[in-house]
Amino acid sequence: MKLDAKIPAGPIEKKWERHQLEMKLVNPANKRKYKVLVVGTGLAGASAAATMAELGYQVDAFCFQDSPRRAHSIAAQGGINAAKNYQNDGDSIYRLFYDTVKGGDFRSREANVYRLAETSVKIIDQCVAQGVPFAREYGGLLANRSFGGAQVSRTFYARGQTGQQLLLGAYSALERMIGQGRVRMYSRHEMLELIVVSGVARGIVTRDLVTGEVRSHIADAVVLATGGYSNVFYLSTNAKGCNTTANWRAYKKGAAFANPCYTQIHPTCIPVSGEYQSKLTLMSESLRNDGRIWVPKKPGDTRAPADIPEEERDYYLERKYPSFGNLAPRDIASRAAKEACDTGRGVGKTGLGVYLDFSASIQRLGESAIRERYGNLFEMYERITDENPYRSPMRIFPATHYTMGGLWVDYDLMSTIPGLHVIGEANFSDHGANRLGASALMQGLADGYFILPYTIGNWLATAKLEKVGPDHPDVLAAEHAVTERANRLLAIRGKRTAASFHRELGRIIWGECGMTRSASGLQKALQRIPKLREEFWGDVNVPGSAASVNQSLEMAGRVADFIELGELMCRDALEREESCGGHFRVEHQTEDGEARRDDDRFCHVAAWEYTGEDRAPIRNVEPLQFESVHLATRSYK
Amino acid sequence: MKIRLNVWRQKDAADEGRFESYDAGDVSADMSFLEMLDVLNERLTLEGRDPIAFEHDCREGICGSCGVVIDGRPHGPKERTTTCQLHMRSFPEGAEITLEPWRASAFPVVKDLVVDRSAFDRIIASGGFISAPTGSAIDGNSIGIEKENADLAMDAAACIGCGACVAACPNASAMLFTAAKVSQFALLPQGQPERWRRARAMVATMDAEGFGSCTNHGECMAACPKSIPIDHIARLNRDWLRASLREGRRVATAGDSAAG
Repeated sequence: MKLDAKIPAGPIEKKWERHQLEMKLVNPANKRKYKVLVVGTGLAGASAAATMAELGYQVDAFCFQDSPRRAHSIAAQGGINAAKNYQNDGDSIYRLFYDTVKGGDFRSREANVYRLAETSVKIIDQCVAQGVPFAREYGGLLANRSFGGAQVSRTFYARGQTGQQLLLGAYSALERMIGQGRVRMYSRHEMLELIVVSGVARGIVTRDLVTGEVRSHIADAVVLATGGYSNVFYLSTNAKGCNTTANWRAYKKGAAFANPCYTQIHPTCIPVSGEYQSKLTLMSESLRNDGRIWVPKKPGDTRAPADIPEEERDYYLERKYPSFGNLAPRDIASRAAKEACDTGRGVGKTGLGVYLDFSASIQRLGESAIRERYGNLFEMYERITDENPYRSPMRIFPATHYTMGGLWVDYDLMSTIPGLHVIGEANFSDHGANRLGASALMQGLADGYFILPYTIGNWLATAKLEKVGPDHPDVLAAEHAVTERANRLLAIRGKRTAASFHRELGRIIWGECGMTRSASGLQKALQRIPKLREEFWGDVNVPGSAASVNQSLEMAGRVADFIELGELMCRDALEREESCGGHFRVEHQTEDGEARRDDDRFCHVAAWEYTGEDRAPIRNVEPLQFESVHLATRSYK
Repeated sequence: MKIRLNVWRQKDAADEGRFESYDAGDVSADMSFLEMLDVLNERLTLEGRDPIAFEHDCREGICGSCGVVIDGRPHGPKERTTTCQLHMRSFPEGAEITLEPWRASAFPVVKDLVVDRSAFDRIIASGGFISAPTGSAIDGNSIGIEKENADLAMDAAACIGCGACVAACPNASAMLFTAAKVSQFALLPQGQPERWRRARAMVATMDAEGFGSCTNHGECMAACPKSIPIDHIARLNRDWLRASLREGRRVATAGDSAAG
């Protein structure tokens, strides 16, 4: 497989401008002759579908939820970065670019990141024009805050609901196009297969989640905006429906999967309370500004937190990282919490938690000041745990909430299957091995509003597409594969639910391919997962039929794909013999236990190529060149 | 805890539907309401019975997917709480709980507790937007917005589109949902050019979809998990009336010029 990123020539700040000039355009009168399918209606998908329809393309959009407004982008809390420099504090496109490349631990593609930073300023303008109610100052101008340890205030926000408001903005643009008949919306439709004809992506097969109807949709280009795969861990902060199925089907049809082992673990989530736990809830990491993190010094100490005297507490972040303390970056804070629990010092019923203690701040600033800053988060915590964090410390534990890995794309956001474009969290290109706070929303909207609508025109204007009808053998074969798979799942009638397999998979991935990884653990996982897959296909129980609403069938299909993805993640993690971003390989650490990156051997993207059932995939490599930002080691001591 | 459930079971839109009783088994007070249903569904699956269909996704109260009428109250007994954020500790030991879908003719039942809320999407498609095609925006700071109005617009924009307001209303009216969107844009300078057209179009669609009229019961606000106030309905009524008067004026002008 040849990986050509197609990065335009020239200085980094001129690449995108120049590329826009060089790309072929589709004549306005011809745009309506082209059909584009957009799968997923989160920030990336809704913005792309609306924008392409405005340009005049025929757009069909798909989501598995009952309405495009429910895509998981809606749950993002913190904010969206843009290099507006409204605060006059020295921000610039270059600085946002630099911070993102460094934050990604030098594992992202420079040219893409620069374009992202460049585009960020237009996103805010677009969202304001749509009526997104960003926070304002009394003078009427937009408010900003500093977020995720950034040295400048470049984050725009709408209370703690920035993702919701940005998504509703994109959704309203999409609904406007639906109302005008320029987008056809298929809600409650799940993409279950990609149609590839003569090596080119030409459509998808969907299942109507109400009637069970399986049908194909044929087009001139396909766009996947299907989000991330954090739910491979079973427990994550993602919505329950988030899945890898669309991406995985594309992978099995020839789209390379890049850096699958790059996932982000967020340090401040509410811990698990029992086996029945269905998801984890994220709390804004702004809490770490005023909370002190600690565990008892003694393993197995079950005393109530108030009964543990000051000298028997280990404020481990303050101890290990005196200059950043409790504000150490996400990856570092998460790993340190895991270490504390691994040494038997975790707190709470399950022993999987650490204290986040506000008592010092409450004493210093008063309860009302803390209430004003974090009132809604404290309320949310109390609602879930029934504990009052003003009186006793919160318990927190890390949870997966974003995946930097995804389908490999070139500079035009096209995968290794011509015609298949991948945008937002579903692709891999911009965040390297670690994503900075408030950058996910930025990337989703940059791809959807301002990048894909240009680059897809170049594809449509230059591709010579053969005519494909509904009776084409490749179309019929794809439809048949979907029906056959559903029937196979329904015929097993085994003794275990799909959820029980999912939980078991989650435990393996969390244990061996989470924050800390080792060659022996990964090898163990690589022996266990294929067995789990076999057990799944021999013993899963999927009740009901394929001809109506069947939530068990939907879930089983997704779990089956997660099992296969989990195996690929472990393979990728095993091959990456270095520690970078949130990925700590125990064999690769400095003398004082910090991550050791290996730029000589691993300054590249690993893009996995599917070769068939029960055959090892091929690891292809795209070398990363850093011309504008010099490779450096992150340090937070 | 021991919990008994009476659950509305309905195979599809055509089925008549009926209540069925289930023993929820050993329930932990720390479980969320939906986790209690998850555990029951896993058991039903292994017993070879049809699991209960219910809608859910984010499970943190923001996506608006979930929504069950619990003992006659949309989203259950706690104020400002979506079904997914409700925990079993809100119920007494030995409770018998009745679960029903949203009941409104504009929200037909799809299966069991799942209803079709696509009418909400059609209301938005008819006018719940500001026409700002990508690329046409001016600098975000060139439009000054009074902080108070920006905050009020954000209050209205907090609607998650769950439909509890419709389920709670004796008339099954969608006025709170519609008003929240109309109000958000009416409070912002960007929303002014389409202000009157928007109010008219969205109300017309709401009526055409079969939602009832507002008779000021206020149940919608009480059921709303985001506490969206009915003040927005007052603003919608005002805008709709003005819009209708303006519509009369516009039509007359058009007629005049045609005659001329």
